[in-house]
Amino acid sequence: MTSTETPVRTSSAPRRAVPVRPFGRPPRPARTRTNLTLGAGRTTRVLALTVLAIGAVVWLLPMAWAVLTALKSDQDASDPLHWLWPEHGFTLKAFSTVWERGDLPLWMLNSFLIAAAVTVVTVLVSAMAGYAFSRTLFAGRRWLFVLTVAAVLVPPQILIVPWFQQMLTLHLLDTYAAVILPQTVAPVMVFILKKHFDSLPRELEEAARIDGAGHWRIFWSVLLPLSRPMLAAVAIFVFIGAWNNFLWPFVSTSDPSLMTLPVGITSVKDAYGVQYAQSMASAVLAALPLVVVFMFFQRHIVKSVATTGLGGQ
Amino acid sequence: MSSPHASPRPGLPALRRLFSPGLLFALPFLVLFAVFMVWPLGQGLWMSLTDRALSAHAPSFIGLDNFTEAFRDAEMWRALGHTVWFTVLSTVPLVVVALGMALLVHTGLPGQWVWRLAFFAPYLLPVGVVGLLWIWLYQPDLGLYNHLLDALGLTQYAWLSDESVAMWAIALTTLWWTVGFNFLLYLAALQSVPDHLYEAAAIDGAGAWRRLWSITLPQLSRITVVITVLQVLASLKVFDQVYLMTKGGPNNSTRPVVEYVYDVGFTGYRLGYASAISYIFFALVVLASAAQFFALRRREK
Repeated sequence: MTSTETPVRTSSAPRRAVPVRPFGRPPRPARTRTNLTLGAGRTTRVLALTVLAIGAVVWLLPMAWAVLTALKSDQDASDPLHWLWPEHGFTLKAFSTVWERGDLPLWMLNSFLIAAAVTVVTVLVSAMAGYAFSRTLFAGRRWLFVLTVAAVLVPPQILIVPWFQQMLTLHLLDTYAAVILPQTVAPVMVFILKKHFDSLPRELEEAARIDGAGHWRIFWSVLLPLSRPMLAAVAIFVFIGAWNNFLWPFVSTSDPSLMTLPVGITSVKDAYGVQYAQSMASAVLAALPLVVVFMFFQRHIVKSVATTGLGGQ
Repeated sequence: MSSPHASPRPGLPALRRLFSPGLLFALPFLVLFAVFMVWPLGQGLWMSLTDRALSAHAPSFIGLDNFTEAFRDAEMWRALGHTVWFTVLSTVPLVVVALGMALLVHTGLPGQWVWRLAFFAPYLLPVGVVGLLWIWLYQPDLGLYNHLLDALGLTQYAWLSDESVAMWAIALTTLWWTVGFNFLLYLAALQSVPDHLYEAAAIDGAGAWRRLWSITLPQLSRITVVITVLQVLASLKVFDQVYLMTKGGPNNSTRPVVEYVYDVGFTGYRLGYASAISYIFFALVVLASAAQFFALRRREK
């Protein structure tokens, strides 16, 4: 039979039966844990809660201070006598001044475009390579994989100089391509995805293969849909890394209209000098996108860090 | 003559094997990998043997001169020292504080969402924001921390301009900024400690502290080693926050080796020499990894 539509085959392996676990919520509710890890004693709980609350306040304080400063006038922000509460009340002037300069939204857009491009290319290319190393045989497969794993050790920082030379030769400095391309090489993601594919059961592909599906079809229509949680984890991780990457975008761009957020915002400091209210307003605006995203997708981001953060160890 | 199962159809077996589907799948990655990793690694090594500069003059081969210069360069040793010092100063609290946070949050106290947000959110800030924010927090006359120290009647510091304090201040910023990452790794590890261990301990009448010392911490020892290894490797690469907060100052007293590479290459225009220092730094990273790898192996035996 060559038809891929053969109902008998596909339905004999129902989707549910495949253990798509790695993630999923912890099997037991938090309440059970409470009694297991911490005594049920009231004093211990109150003590732990107090320590936790103090820690959280200390950790949130810098951000609160940034918001507070941003809501002051520049004059009040640098008034040592009224350092906490502004003498002339709160104002949104710093925000509007910074926003109207127009470069901040542009840097955000640049960061978004660059991080999105890096993410799409990295995830697709790494997943394909992971599939190749996990499911196919080709000449040199073994040592190419060893090479890839070894490359995890290479710090990108030592490649800055040759990358710069390379982009200089190719006349690519100050282009999106120069910022994006070197960031798409992620041996560790290939390694993670290869291990992930190794862990998937082969029954479904066998079925698809008997139905005449080729490698691309198996990869695209069988394995990728099964790997959605893992792909999301990798994608989130790559995106955050690219969004916050500093050194290479800093070295490869000098045109302010091409700068990413982390790079552009540092030029604000030099431009504003001691205007702390405006400097904090731009910091708050620059911080906002990812923090808001985190509030909505907390569970996914936490999962992403927990699974990809260890580099598959 | 090809083996029967390698190519089901006759004809051009060598070519078929060369363009086997597996290789085609790996090809996009391999091309990027070759162009932006293998080639630059080779080119960096080659450049380290030349006097290439960011100028028009053609580079010439000078053998190991850059390396002999580097080994006699006091500034390079100083920068390497700063990198190692920062690694020690940052790794210890980044592991210990993360563990403490995770243990406390894992107890299942109310407000999980808030704790995670508070401890992890700074990790999501671009380093440019972290730099701006902490320069302002550390500002000697107007910054929050000196105001607070003053209110408590304690000594104030010239955080970023005092040579004896600046590196500690940077380590503190780094702790605040990145501890959330290790915290999440610990939290995930805690969730995978099997319940039956605690149940058995509860039956034996073990108290909360006893359970912490005899079950939780031993169960976390493997992940602690992994987190420490990853943290050391991450700390060795420090550049961004130092560059943004102190530019390596005061008096180059916080300049890490990666910044020295940047300064030599892009401010001093000596790409060849910068490449040589890059490779010396690479050697340090490889050595650190190897040391940790063997320590780990011995431990597991």
